[in-house]
Amino acid sequence: MVRVIVDGTPVDVPPDFSALQACEAAGKEIPRFCYHERLSVAGNCRMCLVQVARAPKPVASCGFPVSEGMEILTDTEVVRRARRAVMEFLLINHPLDCPICDQGGECDLQDQAYGYGTGISRYHEAKRAVTDKDIGPLVKTVMTRCIQCTRCVRFTTEVAGTPELGMVFRGENAEITTYVEKALTSELSGNLIDVCPVGALTSKPAAFHGRSWEYKKTDSIDVMDAVGTNIQVHARSGEVMRIVPRVNDEVNEEWLSDKGRFSIDGLKRRRLDRPWVRVHGKLVEASWQDAFVALARRLDGVAGYQIGAVAGDLCDAESLCALKDLMAALGSPNVDCRQDNAWYDLTSREGYLFNSGITGIGEADVLLLVGTHPRHEAPVLNARIRKRFLAAGRGHFPIGMIGQPPTDPTYDVTVLGDGPEALGALQAGGSEFAEAFRKAKRPMIILGHGALTRPDAAGIYAACQTLLSQGEAVAEGWQGLNILHTAASRVAGLDLGLVPGLRGRSASGMLRGGVDILWLLGADEFPVDKIGTETFVVYQGHHGDAAAARADIILPGAAYTEKPGTYVNTEGRVQRSFRAVFPPGEAREDWRILRAFSEVLGKTLPYDTLEAVRERMAAINPVFRQGGGGLQPAAQIAGQGTSAPAAAASVSAPEGRVEAGAFRPVVRDYYLTNAISRASPTMAECSRVYGPAAAVAAE
Amino acid sequence: MLQDKDRIFTNLYGQGDWRLEGARKRGDWQDTAAILAKGRDGIIAEMKASGLRGRGGAGFPTGLKWSFMPKQSDGKPHYLVINGDESEPGTCKDREVLRHEPHKLIESALIAAFAMGAHVAYIYVRGEFFNEAMRLQVAVDEAYEAGLIGKNAAGSGWDFDFFIHRGAGAYICGEETAQLESLEGKKGQPRMKPPFPAGVGLYGCPTTVNNVESIAVASTIMRRGGAWFAGLGRPNNTGSKLMAISGHVNTPCVFEEELSVPLKEIIEKHGGGVRGGWDNLLAVIPGGCSVPVLPKSVCETVLMDYDSLRAVQSGLGTGCMIVMDKSTDIVEAIARFSRFFKHESCGQCTPCREGTGWMMRMMDRMVQGRAELEEIDLLEQVTRQVEGNTICALGDAAAWPIQGLIRHFRPELEARIRHYKATHGGTGLVQVPASGVPVAAE
Repeated sequence: MVRVIVDGTPVDVPPDFSALQACEAAGKEIPRFCYHERLSVAGNCRMCLVQVARAPKPVASCGFPVSEGMEILTDTEVVRRARRAVMEFLLINHPLDCPICDQGGECDLQDQAYGYGTGISRYHEAKRAVTDKDIGPLVKTVMTRCIQCTRCVRFTTEVAGTPELGMVFRGENAEITTYVEKALTSELSGNLIDVCPVGALTSKPAAFHGRSWEYKKTDSIDVMDAVGTNIQVHARSGEVMRIVPRVNDEVNEEWLSDKGRFSIDGLKRRRLDRPWVRVHGKLVEASWQDAFVALARRLDGVAGYQIGAVAGDLCDAESLCALKDLMAALGSPNVDCRQDNAWYDLTSREGYLFNSGITGIGEADVLLLVGTHPRHEAPVLNARIRKRFLAAGRGHFPIGMIGQPPTDPTYDVTVLGDGPEALGALQAGGSEFAEAFRKAKRPMIILGHGALTRPDAAGIYAACQTLLSQGEAVAEGWQGLNILHTAASRVAGLDLGLVPGLRGRSASGMLRGGVDILWLLGADEFPVDKIGTETFVVYQGHHGDAAAARADIILPGAAYTEKPGTYVNTEGRVQRSFRAVFPPGEAREDWRILRAFSEVLGKTLPYDTLEAVRERMAAINPVFRQGGGGLQPAAQIAGQGTSAPAAAASVSAPEGRVEAGAFRPVVRDYYLTNAISRASPTMAECSRVYGPAAAVAAE
Repeated sequence: MLQDKDRIFTNLYGQGDWRLEGARKRGDWQDTAAILAKGRDGIIAEMKASGLRGRGGAGFPTGLKWSFMPKQSDGKPHYLVINGDESEPGTCKDREVLRHEPHKLIESALIAAFAMGAHVAYIYVRGEFFNEAMRLQVAVDEAYEAGLIGKNAAGSGWDFDFFIHRGAGAYICGEETAQLESLEGKKGQPRMKPPFPAGVGLYGCPTTVNNVESIAVASTIMRRGGAWFAGLGRPNNTGSKLMAISGHVNTPCVFEEELSVPLKEIIEKHGGGVRGGWDNLLAVIPGGCSVPVLPKSVCETVLMDYDSLRAVQSGLGTGCMIVMDKSTDIVEAIARFSRFFKHESCGQCTPCREGTGWMMRMMDRMVQGRAELEEIDLLEQVTRQVEGNTICALGDAAAWPIQGLIRHFRPELEARIRHYKATHGGTGLVQVPASGVPVAAE
């Protein structure tokens, strides 16, 4: 530690701190524009100038290293004068169009102008104007407002790994641009809106929609992927206006994927807002009571094993729990939360978790990606991999990949093969990467659903385990085998035991006509046309997607912003979200629908309140116990003693064997992976610009 | 006055042979190995004893700068970068070294590189110096051929390589850290200091950046001794220096002269006197365009060296003076500089990016007198707001000429404004309070 004196107050800070960080540690707020704690230091805005004893000029505190006994003065006449000077310079060429600027109210320039700006302008010359750039369907540019802080340039280069922005020309004529006009290809481009301290980069879909102070802000969890990004839902008069990330250093730092941020217009379209019942082949609107009665009549006399339920990817743990309990009450063992028929080692919780944790990526020293493309499956997690890649320096964090990356992963990878046979080659050793992996202290494998949805998933999993066990120097307590999920509900479903019970049918079995009555809880990601014509389909969910069209009864549920819910992310972190808005029309929270219907059946589920459902979840699996939110120690899954053999039944290949054949990408089109994003015009536009069709057209 | 026996650049005017043979006759490359045999510490001690200050403009002691290089390498190579990006308006002294004394430069580069533990020297030659770079390349090839550089350079046992890099015409690339960025192939924008180049420089390795002239005098200092060099000039302003006179003199030229000679004497002796006689002198800018202008009254007595020019609120800069007689429109002259600095600002940091444009526009109006009297003070304040708040010294360089103008020629500015008002009936601009602009609550 180094002792620094800030305005007369001694404070001990680590020796790698900058003067700015030391001032913050001493409780002094330093104004800044270009400095961003997750980006490299540029030192170009000059707003953070402070005085350092014995320095002849004010110094930019963001890039000035601390030293023992250094005296920093943050509030002298010299400092104030310098900051006022910088503020005046920033404003002379700024358009001062705050009334029509979407950044108004949350603008760093506006805020700091209150502290350091003058009331009048002394600049009487013509102002500079800069042509706006078209950088794609998500980020709107008003480049005249730009203050050349280069945060966006550093973000795209460092965090997103798509160095597409840069500054051209010099002096007053300097402009931020993409060089050649093009759309930013990053899945994290929405973060530019947050990173930009002024109104130069704002949200294109949300342009002129609202003001930051009008919004009711609700903490929530993103469900577009399984990272469990902490988000804040901003709503106004019952409508979700935007979603911004919350800071959680253990999960998403402060980033949010574009799908999580911009899918929100999908929450207003194609919504199921009342129950529907199919009469004489046509769906007709119905009341809740009529729908429940019709459904109860249809269920009357049907044996439990002929009823099945499949849970989708966006469900909260509460509704999963109620679904499982309802199926149990109906005497059905047919329940599954894996609509993609993925295989997991269900003998313990480690079998299906991202065991190293997301922060564990920062500690790993070698990484193997098997059947996964994190850039599409979990963009925020991919940024972590890139961060580790950059921090390690060239060649110090070897990354191997089995399966061809469909796009640039944003870090250097060694493609070791297309299919599982490459794992055998790695076990045999010989290659440079195999050696690095064998000698690593913290080797890391990320196993994706490109591998786990194959018939030989168990064999691939075993091969990965073998590979890790061959490590010669693995650190004590290091768990290197990680499952990267793509479905936000998956881990909660597995934790709650939503897998087929004794002699139960798996999702694929149910679809192939194994059941008479099929209850789909928001399940859309499977070929709906495979459902047998005789099967009676109940669709409970929030969007009129493929499965709803096939349904015989539609029960309108709530989307993730419309209900308080519990989600478990890919690393097994239990997180809670709150209700931001109410569901539209007659739609209700899903666990309440299930609970209400159980009463119609005469098999009332034993909970009436959210707390009671959560109590029930905790009884099923202690990871859900109150006080959750952090990472839970891995526990044996209660009430699931019979599930493992049943799950194994869905695997055709015997354990230990792998078959040839390339891994197929899990995500075909990043922007269209679930019912909400498919209903979103913004995501449709992104798909048109960036999706596979656009890629083909470009070729 | 410098005597011929003390002249370092004896082929400054290219009257002799600039190639290896001629250079050898003038004493270059004579027993260079013996100089290197003094060892790193010996060379640096000699440089410190000479009192040589950086000849690029800032005047930082060269020996001290060399001593900042790490004594023990931590595995990273050390680099010597020679700043030949001579883009300062009115300055043309390094060019003469590059084209007429290339071997003196190369030999001195070997000595300097050895003194700082570097095996590689880069010279960043101004892009417009095409012929000079060609000639330097010929000299480098000659030196390689003669075994003077390369493996076991000049038989000293020290390996040394010398590379020429040509710039692309940006003034800012003459700033040392921007030059390193440019050498690395990036956009030439100055880096934050600290870390200083001696710690983290070219490609992240310890680097020293020196002006062409600072390096080129090293071999002579080593041969004749630091005490000889220190005996020229006066304390803290020792040695001889390449200077130039341009503008309204009878014989504009580049010349080598002892420091601390009166400015007037230099103009009379080397420049052949001011056009139309000394009384026709209006002002002199003593060192490139980045230093404040001096009126005739100051020019009468001031000495041409670092400290005495600093004492009159100007600076030696590059030592290349611009002499202006009474036919000069001094406001337009300074406004031209403002246009130059606005054009050459890299745009990285706020005060310089925005301030140079503001200053330029106000100066352009001042030329016509299309301004308010109070705006002279505003202009002065703007220069103070730029000065000292920027990453590199370009902000200061843009501010100082205007400050010098206002300091010494304020009546001229006021007269123009009054005249413009009288002929045009006001400026149409809003009255601006010159000082005490109300500041919002802090």
